[in-house]
Amino acid sequence: MSNVLILVDSVSGKVSKSTAEIATFAKRIGDVTAVICSSDSAVLIPQLSVLSIDKTITCTGVEFEKLSTGAVAAALAAVVAKESPSAVLIASSARGKEIAGRLSVRIESGIITDAIDLDADLVATQSVFGGSTTVHSVVTHGTPIVTIRGNSIEAISGTGPSTHEEVAVSYDGDRAAVSSVAPAVKSGRPELTEASIIVSGGKGTDGNFTPVEELADALGGAVGASRAATDAGWYPHSFQVGQTGKTVSPQLYIAAGISGAIQHRAGMQTSKTIVAVNKDPEAPIFDVADFGIVGDLFTVLPQVRDGVNAKKA
Amino acid sequence: MKIALCIKQVPDSWAEKKMGADQRLDRASVDAVLNDLDEYAIESALTLVEANSPTGEAGEGSGHTITVISMGPERATEALRKALSMGADDAILVNDDALAGSDALATSKVLAAVIAEGGYDLVLCGTESTDARMSVIPAMLAERLGFAQLTFAGKVSVEGSNVKISRQTEFGVEEMSASLPVVVSVVEKINEPRYPSFKGIMASKKKPLVTKSLSDLGISASDVGSSAAWSSVKDSLPRPPRGAGIKVVDDGNAGTQLVAFLSERKLA
Ligand SMILES: Cc1cc2nc3c(=O)[nH]c(=O)nc-3n(C[C@H](O)[C@H](O)[C@H](O)COP(=O)(O)OP(=O)(O)OC[C@H]3O[C@@H](n4cnc5c(N)ncnc54)[C@H](O)[C@@H]3O)c2cc1C
Ligand SMILES: Nc1ncnc2c1ncn2[C@@H]1O[C@H](COP(=O)(O)O)[C@@H](O)[C@H]1O
Repeated sequence: MSNVLILVDSVSGKVSKSTAEIATFAKRIGDVTAVICSSDSAVLIPQLSVLSIDKTITCTGVEFEKLSTGAVAAALAAVVAKESPSAVLIASSARGKEIAGRLSVRIESGIITDAIDLDADLVATQSVFGGSTTVHSVVTHGTPIVTIRGNSIEAISGTGPSTHEEVAVSYDGDRAAVSSVAPAVKSGRPELTEASIIVSGGKGTDGNFTPVEELADALGGAVGASRAATDAGWYPHSFQVGQTGKTVSPQLYIAAGISGAIQHRAGMQTSKTIVAVNKDPEAPIFDVADFGIVGDLFTVLPQVRDGVNAKKA
Repeated sequence: MKIALCIKQVPDSWAEKKMGADQRLDRASVDAVLNDLDEYAIESALTLVEANSPTGEAGEGSGHTITVISMGPERATEALRKALSMGADDAILVNDDALAGSDALATSKVLAAVIAEGGYDLVLCGTESTDARMSVIPAMLAERLGFAQLTFAGKVSVEGSNVKISRQTEFGVEEMSASLPVVVSVVEKINEPRYPSFKGIMASKKKPLVTKSLSDLGISASDVGSSAAWSSVKDSLPRPPRGAGIKVVDDGNAGTQLVAFLSERKLA
């Protein structure tokens, strides 16, 4: 039985949803070993007990939070040397891709980023050119390293790891140091890249995100924003969707008062269902919308919010 | 500082892109432009030098140099010239037929060889090329060169040999620092790139631009290009265009229609 390594991703002591998703892909290929490179391992391990993971390896001896992603790549390389896995799967976040890139240089192995599917034979599916083309690729050299986009699969649950190991690692690489972290403000809504529903607002909100937030809350979704909205300071940059913001792929994406510039579409075009609300019938966002409403977001969104809340009651 | 500024010529992001018969982006069919995210790296290089220059200006007399580097076909010289006209000092193009189809591993190997050869101590990159969209080159460069990695910078400053950045990540706003040599990648929020001045455009024509081949860098042709790529595309298919969606003009109950549509799809 082959063995697959996955890197556990977490924020503030909480295992990310992407970890459950990559574990699900890994299980298709073989036994799953979850690698933890975090000083929070004691609180992370119990959270893995419901996932399809067979074993955990905690890397010790390095304060990962204070260093660059090079330290995580070095630790993973040590685990790869020890375990000889048939693949390494990592979440496709900015951080995940850096780790994957550095690991591939370190262990001289091919890399595929932003996969949206991965089969048992390690054939990866990617969606490129803003979603207009689907590509199937394989790694042909070394231990395949694949980064996988969030929301690409419905995570299955499992019985959790039965074996726990610790591996002492060291890092003599780059000396970039994190001197301080001002924690992100928590909104109480789902994380943008993990959310299955996102309601985004653009320039058309004119700075008033209330209808966008209220609809997101009615649907249990996250709030996103176009660059025009984040540039104007109406919403923090960390909520920007698009080429230079987050790439999202939720079940439902609602764009309100967003024209649909190519840079915005690059970050949301693979969403399963797309809804657009825009006053301008010619707005390019309608080209990718499954359901488009030519109308004023300030009247349409509250009506949708009330309809959704009424159904729940 | 001896700055190496990595920029890439990419297909215009507005152009429709398709795959060629060789399973690679058909680059000949689309207009090429300077990767717009790299303009922010150019601006950062210039402002860092200006801030650390006795004259307040980049160029001769500043005590620092900015070399723009690109790996790509002959026409990538247009992107390099643009950077020179904005104020960079000289340029290096790595152009070799054997480079066609190179993956990120090969690209980073070539760029790292140029940087190591030139003895640069600050490498500046954009965060992402709009065509490859991998965002891995800066991290790979740091790994290959053994330089400190300060990526996704929303702010950057240099004092002596200490480089400081601040960046927004999933963990919050992080302050990071490192001593030269360092690789920095910058996000587009960092600045507003300047336009080349007429004087800058005229001056750029006289600035040195050298072209290097693989053998100049001591890299074997068999280590790069599509045949050396460590991943390969099996097939690619244009995704069927999204079926024409429903479009309604709001007459007072479009929101209600949307609720029905969402509940039919089990989304609400
Ligand atoms: C290098 C680069 C990177 C970029 N990266 C990103 C990115 O990551 N994400 C991103 O989003 N953009 C990005 N952009 C910017 C992008 O090109 C657009 O400028 C931006 O997406 C526009 O935002 P918008 O749709 O909110 O605004 P606009 O294009 O101004 O559109 C506003 C829309 O709202 C509609 N509207 C107005 N009032 C109402 C109302 N009351 N009800 C309903 N509709 C209304 C209008 O009809 C219009 O269509 C990038 C650009 C560059 C150059
Ligand atoms: N061929 C290239 N030549 C020079 N710089 C490059 C090249 N490819 C990528 N880069 C740099 O690496 C950054 C990230 O690109 P990528 O990893 O391809 O998304 C870009 O913004 C450039 O600064």
